[in-house]
Amino acid sequence: MANLTNDEARPKPYLELRHETQARDRSLREKVMSLEEAATLVNNGEHVAIGGCTMSRTPMAMIWALIRAGRRDLTVSRSITSSDGDWLFASGACSHIITSWFTQGIVWGISKVMRHYTETKMARFTEWSHMAMGLRYRAGAMGVPFVPVRSMIGSDVAGRLGEAVKEMICPFTGERLLLLPALNPDVALIHVQRADPYGNAQIDGLQFMDIDIAMAAKRVILTTERIISNDRIRRAPDRTLIPFFTVDAVVEVPFGCAPHECYGLYEPFFDHMGFYTSQVNGDPVDGMQAYLRDYIREPKNWTDYLAKLGVEAMLDAARRGRSIDND
Amino acid sequence: MTERANYTASELLAVMSARLLKEGQIVFAGVGIPLLAATLAQRTHAPGLTILFEGGVIGPFIVPGELPPSTNEQRCARRANMVMPITDVLLLLQRGYVDVGFMGGAQIDRHGNLNSSFIGDADNPKVRLPGTGGGNDISSLTQMIVAMKHEKRRFVDKVDYVTSPGYLSGGDSRAQSGLIAGGMYRVVTDLAILGFDSQSHEMVVCALHPGVEMDRVRDNTGFEIVASPEITRTEPPRLDELKVLRELDPERLYTA
Repeated sequence: MANLTNDEARPKPYLELRHETQARDRSLREKVMSLEEAATLVNNGEHVAIGGCTMSRTPMAMIWALIRAGRRDLTVSRSITSSDGDWLFASGACSHIITSWFTQGIVWGISKVMRHYTETKMARFTEWSHMAMGLRYRAGAMGVPFVPVRSMIGSDVAGRLGEAVKEMICPFTGERLLLLPALNPDVALIHVQRADPYGNAQIDGLQFMDIDIAMAAKRVILTTERIISNDRIRRAPDRTLIPFFTVDAVVEVPFGCAPHECYGLYEPFFDHMGFYTSQVNGDPVDGMQAYLRDYIREPKNWTDYLAKLGVEAMLDAARRGRSIDND
Repeated sequence: MTERANYTASELLAVMSARLLKEGQIVFAGVGIPLLAATLAQRTHAPGLTILFEGGVIGPFIVPGELPPSTNEQRCARRANMVMPITDVLLLLQRGYVDVGFMGGAQIDRHGNLNSSFIGDADNPKVRLPGTGGGNDISSLTQMIVAMKHEKRRFVDKVDYVTSPGYLSGGDSRAQSGLIAGGMYRVVTDLAILGFDSQSHEMVVCALHPGVEMDRVRDNTGFEIVASPEITRTEPPRLDELKVLRELDPERLYTA
């Protein structure tokens, strides 16, 4: 009952991985571009890892841009997947999501869009435990082909992954361990609060798996609430969590996670998420396609998308977001 | 008992779960009832209890009326001692720092295995559920408390799919599979508190809630269940406990 083919999770040969990294332009250079230009860095059929978690720091604007650019057959991985997964399945941009949990959010029940696409087998949702997702990216970041773990073993989560995971007896202790294959995505999409034009990135608050994803990926597209100067980065280098040489594109997108949240700046747009989930869970085919038309394909640009969410909703989300430090 | 408090099934779950938590414990909590119960424990008998959230948070204090929508939004980090990457907070389970993992459940079986992945055959599911999240990691690596409604369709002889392992097929099968630490400790329902026989690792009834008899538990359980020889009866929720819960969740998002 394996849900994966053997090759899908196979770690990349080490010299191939190194060669790809060595071949990258790792110089200190400006790489600021538009969402549309950044979308050209993603090719059909590639593995795209998405940063953030659930409704937090999701690079929604970049996902939105990839859908508008007509990307197809992407494999997408993420720690936990929310409405971004609905968008990717329903638009046809992606037919395989690798994640630990997939629905819009606990308060809205089970995503009918996820159910529709997976239960009819139009798309696949391959499930790994949350720590397994994290350790797979970490192994990718470490440049090793696998890491051992003490979870997933014995469960059907491991069983369903078939040959993609292996059990071993520890050569030191004799204990039974599960081995997780490294994950080195082709592209990582990561949204941050601040970055300089070279791609040095600061993240406030919850980091999720973003640093490991950036280190593991072959290319990184960084979207940022604002671009700051390299001088400002150098005044507080301890705040830099993603180094410039891992980054291939820097795109300034205020409210680039809407309708999800960006820590300290805005919380989720709860009313819009409520509207969205009632529309798409009410009718996962026509309701979802209508949303894609009205909110993803028709707006002239991301600003126009935000205008559709409304100034009132933006200010409400921002007021809640900025209250994080209130005692 | 002179003043009988009215409470919902979810409030009963939260109160009974909170009472199982002890001062000083490190509790890895999901949102919903687990978070409410852990916060209630902090505000009653366990002020030094530390909550960990899967999103990467150590020691937050939840603001009443601002319950987080999942364990991964900024509300989870209010007044926390530390935030760290998801992988690292989950590794604290593996390292052994966590006393209790605490989650809700959709379907559980007689050996405490939880299913949150598929209803029906995994290859042709009737319903594709959201999946494990950190549930598998938590239940693999620490003592677990699960809070869930007691219904026959949720308490089944064998789950369709083991998402989060309990005692697998019972006996020592959990340890044999490689899961040498942790295990299901208690299942808290709106009818009873359930535990597991130390040898067979089959579910038994440890305590009945006020007004509930064994027959009612049996009627709502999809397999043969017996009372523990040391079965007790729980005290009803107190007004002070319910008051805290209603302050925390004034809109009744999780306690309706």
